[in-house]
Amino acid sequence: MTMVTIEAAPTALAYGHGGGGPAPTRTVVAYGFWIFILSDIVMFSALFAAYAVLSGNTAGGPSGRELFNLRSVFVETACLLFSSYTCGLGMLSAERREVGRFLLFAALTFVLGAAFLFIEVSEFSGMVSRGAGPSRSAFLSSFFSLVGMHGAHVTAGLVWLVYMVAQVLAKGLRATVLRRLVCFSLFWHALDIVWIGVMTLVYLLGAR
Amino acid sequence: MLGRLSWAAIPFNEPLPLVTMAVVMVVIVAVLAIVTVKGWLPYLWREWVTSVDHKRIGVMYMTLGLVMLLRGFSDAIMMRTQQAIAVGGAQGYLPPDHYDQIFSAHGTIMIFFVAMPLVIGLMNFVVPLQLGVRDVAFPVLNSVSFWLTASGALLINASLVIGNFARTGWMGYPPLSELAFSPDVGVDYYLWSLQISGIGTLLTGVNFVTTILKLRAPGMTYFRMPVFCWTALASSLLIVAAFPILTATFIMLLLDRYLGMHFFTNEAGGNQMMYVNLFWAWGHPEVYILILPAFGVFSEVVAAFSGKALFSYRSMVLATLGICILSFMVWLHHFFTMGAGADVNAFFGIMSSIIAVPTGVKVFNWLFTMFRGRIVYRTPMLFAVGFIVTFVIGGMTGVLLAVPPVDFVLHNSAFLVAHFHNVIIGGVLFGALAGYNYWFPKVFGFTLDERFGKASFWCWLVGFYLAFMPLYVLGLHGMTRRLQHIDNPSWQPWLLVAEAGAVVIMCGILCQVAQLYVSIRTRESRRDLTGDPWNGRTLEWATSSPPPAYNFAVLPQVETIDAFWEMKQRGLTLAQSPYQTIEMPRNTPIGFVLAFFASATGFALIWHIWWMAILGLIGAAATFLIFGWSDDREREVSAAEIALLERTRPGQGRVA
Amino acid sequence: MRSQIERSSLLRAAIVCAALGLSSCQQAGVLDPQGPIATAERLLLINSTAIMLVVVVPVIVATLAFAWWYRASNPRAERSFNLAYEGRIEFVTWSIPALIVILLGGVSWIGSHQLDPRAPIPADAKPLRVDVVALDWKWLFIYPDQGIAAVNRLVVPTGTPVQFRLTSATVMNSFFVPQLGSQIYTMSGMETHLHLLADRPGEYPGISANFSGDGFSDMRFTVSAVPTKDFDTWLTGIRGTGPALDAAGYAALLQPSKAVPPATYRSVEPKLFERILDETAAGSGNAAAGAAWCPPELRAGG
Repeated sequence: MTMVTIEAAPTALAYGHGGGGPAPTRTVVAYGFWIFILSDIVMFSALFAAYAVLSGNTAGGPSGRELFNLRSVFVETACLLFSSYTCGLGMLSAERREVGRFLLFAALTFVLGAAFLFIEVSEFSGMVSRGAGPSRSAFLSSFFSLVGMHGAHVTAGLVWLVYMVAQVLAKGLRATVLRRLVCFSLFWHALDIVWIGVMTLVYLLGAR
Repeated sequence: MLGRLSWAAIPFNEPLPLVTMAVVMVVIVAVLAIVTVKGWLPYLWREWVTSVDHKRIGVMYMTLGLVMLLRGFSDAIMMRTQQAIAVGGAQGYLPPDHYDQIFSAHGTIMIFFVAMPLVIGLMNFVVPLQLGVRDVAFPVLNSVSFWLTASGALLINASLVIGNFARTGWMGYPPLSELAFSPDVGVDYYLWSLQISGIGTLLTGVNFVTTILKLRAPGMTYFRMPVFCWTALASSLLIVAAFPILTATFIMLLLDRYLGMHFFTNEAGGNQMMYVNLFWAWGHPEVYILILPAFGVFSEVVAAFSGKALFSYRSMVLATLGICILSFMVWLHHFFTMGAGADVNAFFGIMSSIIAVPTGVKVFNWLFTMFRGRIVYRTPMLFAVGFIVTFVIGGMTGVLLAVPPVDFVLHNSAFLVAHFHNVIIGGVLFGALAGYNYWFPKVFGFTLDERFGKASFWCWLVGFYLAFMPLYVLGLHGMTRRLQHIDNPSWQPWLLVAEAGAVVIMCGILCQVAQLYVSIRTRESRRDLTGDPWNGRTLEWATSSPPPAYNFAVLPQVETIDAFWEMKQRGLTLAQSPYQTIEMPRNTPIGFVLAFFASATGFALIWHIWWMAILGLIGAAATFLIFGWSDDREREVSAAEIALLERTRPGQGRVA
Repeated sequence: MRSQIERSSLLRAAIVCAALGLSSCQQAGVLDPQGPIATAERLLLINSTAIMLVVVVPVIVATLAFAWWYRASNPRAERSFNLAYEGRIEFVTWSIPALIVILLGGVSWIGSHQLDPRAPIPADAKPLRVDVVALDWKWLFIYPDQGIAAVNRLVVPTGTPVQFRLTSATVMNSFFVPQLGSQIYTMSGMETHLHLLADRPGEYPGISANFSGDGFSDMRFTVSAVPTKDFDTWLTGIRGTGPALDAAGYAALLQPSKAVPPATYRSVEPKLFERILDETAAGSGNAAAGAAWCPPELRAGG
């Protein structure tokens, strides 16, 4: 005995309990990327934990109070947070298939992100030239690694952004490109969230 | 030019690794020669290396795990032999330099390149079929995950012949693993091989969480999923939450070793206790990552071979999720003796005992599944009964060790070694072997030979008890772990019994090799023509053996738990029509290519060949960018094609 | 009838196994305590095991019994394929492990506090202070109040609580004398604490219980517990012979060596332990970090 089954629409009850069948690709891709970002945040939390443990171990060398320039941190933070805003605007334009506006906001996001990186790299090189490099003490090792890891993610994000702009220019805002843009924006916003943590726990608490 | 790599890295003056290297090289060259001469290379490349099919990837993971089991076991029997003979004044045949590398490699290989691949391999093959879908959420990522794991395995095996491996134990505690005390390449091999395979594992975790939560057959609500899928979900959630901790910890140790930083060094403020905490914050969830899918396998096996639904599905799910969450709250029990103080020790001791509650519930549920069932003793069911008895003993000694003052006298002793082998062999390995025997007919279309299967079970069971019960006794007598020679002659009889156990286990492994060989030779007599050799309950048994590439021509509509059993009760089969065009992912070499660059980069970083490392990274990045550009990732399988394939396939979901 | 015989042969096998198991419990190591800490820990071990066996043995017996009785070829077994849930069984399967765990939890809490390595041992005799330094691959024992030191042999008077401060000059080790009780890690730049007491005279083997490199297997020492007046005699004897543990002597000890025979030093540089702590931490804030693990009253010098 066989039964012919039409893949009928599941009942509303089934939907609520996860019985709606396989989710559409865009949902699956965004969800998966979000899970990946959560794992990245776990990695950052391990680096935060290390920083918390080692922040007092200055080995007779300079501490945060002597090294951190809160003014430039403020400017960096403003750049990054604003870049998240422009990224959001870019995504809205992309959803509406407005290529020109998307490109404008992408460019702004890039410039702001690059400004953030520039300030951070200047800070790092300044510290290194003053003998406060990562091998000076455990505090500095954990500082450079945590903040540097975030900076490395920002760098990767900027490369990704350029790559996405190239895809948009070459192929337009088709569904596949749009899915990748969603992932990029999730990534960029997550970096913002991590930066709030860095700014607070490293700079604001450390400069006291 | 070649960093610190020189001819001195090859152990010309050490017969043991040299001979091993020669033998392995001969085997590899022979296999490659046969494959090339017989013209199998294009087939292998097209159908396996570049495959993104979860079924193929699952088989490759299992193969990797079983092959590495041979390497890990060789290390084990070498260690047992050394300890059996190096008693009193005798120094044995392995100087400390070698012995230390062997026990470090043994632990690392068994955890990362045997247990993980076996468990992930089973998850890979089974989960999409049980969920009633066509593949995992990210098939290309799946291929990348496998090949990165293989890359890590390649690096760790390279350490046998080029340079040396870490001499720190598989945990790599600083300061011993810092440059000051381990200046050579050993710890770098350990760190890079695990970082590379760790990325692969993390991506697997992301893949399976997404698959299980977002890709299920229509009508399959959460509480209609098979229990194996629940345990796969819990394990994958643990991977996503725990592996990044290990990645970060190894990054810190690598920064110490490569850039002179001070996370864990003695000087300049490093804190070695922090490594221990971070390592075990990953390490404890890791063992649950391994055991939960094994529990899932046994839930499937016990139900299928008792002819009865699993007892109390809901409490099984609750227990699984409980274990998942609790596993993050117990890590300090790995170092009660580090001096944390009574309150902290007691808290973690109590939490560690609490995790025994859901585990106990699972054991009772399996027992009540067997109760009033009709138990058929095929190899998987033998492993299940052996598992229950053995794991309960191992769990008991674990809860014993969770009482801090008891741990104060048993920490790092042979008792501890016996405990964790008790739960890993009795739990994870028996689960993997049960799953291997259970799902083999689904994978390859014929069952495994029963006689050799049962023989391998008895050898493993008896061998395990012989090898490890003496270690419990020795731990109580004051023997610590990782000893290259033993000064107390009264311990030798126990060590000889343990050696005998290792030999019996070796017979078990040989039985498995024989089982595979014999099964292939006589496969026609054991063909699975119905797709359902065990009168199974879950959806994978509704497909043919092996299933078509797309798994299900029409996705099944699920209405109950044990969807296939329900279908059989009602005289139904899988829906046959209407067929629609299916989109299947295309094969791609990206996984293999990325792993190639990863291996090259890892090797270069280990030996400080900076130009090669940069080239490797550029190659990996380029591969990524090239792949990330294309939109043409899928191919269509038309309805007509499907109809043809379905008509010509034997045993398509016939009613049992 | 046949199944009854099978059941009783199962029972006989179980008894034989138990007997074999018990016979392996010859007195040695952890099972042969020679001090109050080790005695209490052995008691905890036995009690916890007994509590768990109350559940574990019936579970194993039930497993084997069900596995045998419900086999397909048994015509007399009652089958009930619809049994997939039963609230009363559910209640029992959760309560039994929970009760055991609650009991063990209480045992853990009380035991952890009573047997905290940092807790002094109440006794009539005045405590003896010993500073322990783990080196590659031998143990240095400094008697700061007596001004002498020894390598790989620790002489203590019986009935006297020994108050240890421990550290390592190199990598992580673990100071462990199985017959006297708890082990504790020794870590560079950090100070851990331990209290032990030997009830009776004897020679008690000690080891490092944390792998520390090539010479680890030989990193053994002996604890010689002797009556108090013998201890005083030994002290006097030490002061007359052997080298002094000064800077040069310590520098020699820092050189890696294996299977070092026991030796003694007639005098010891004062505050050597503190100097080693500081040196290993290379003047960083690490000594303070290590001390943060100890309550103030037990810190160095206190």
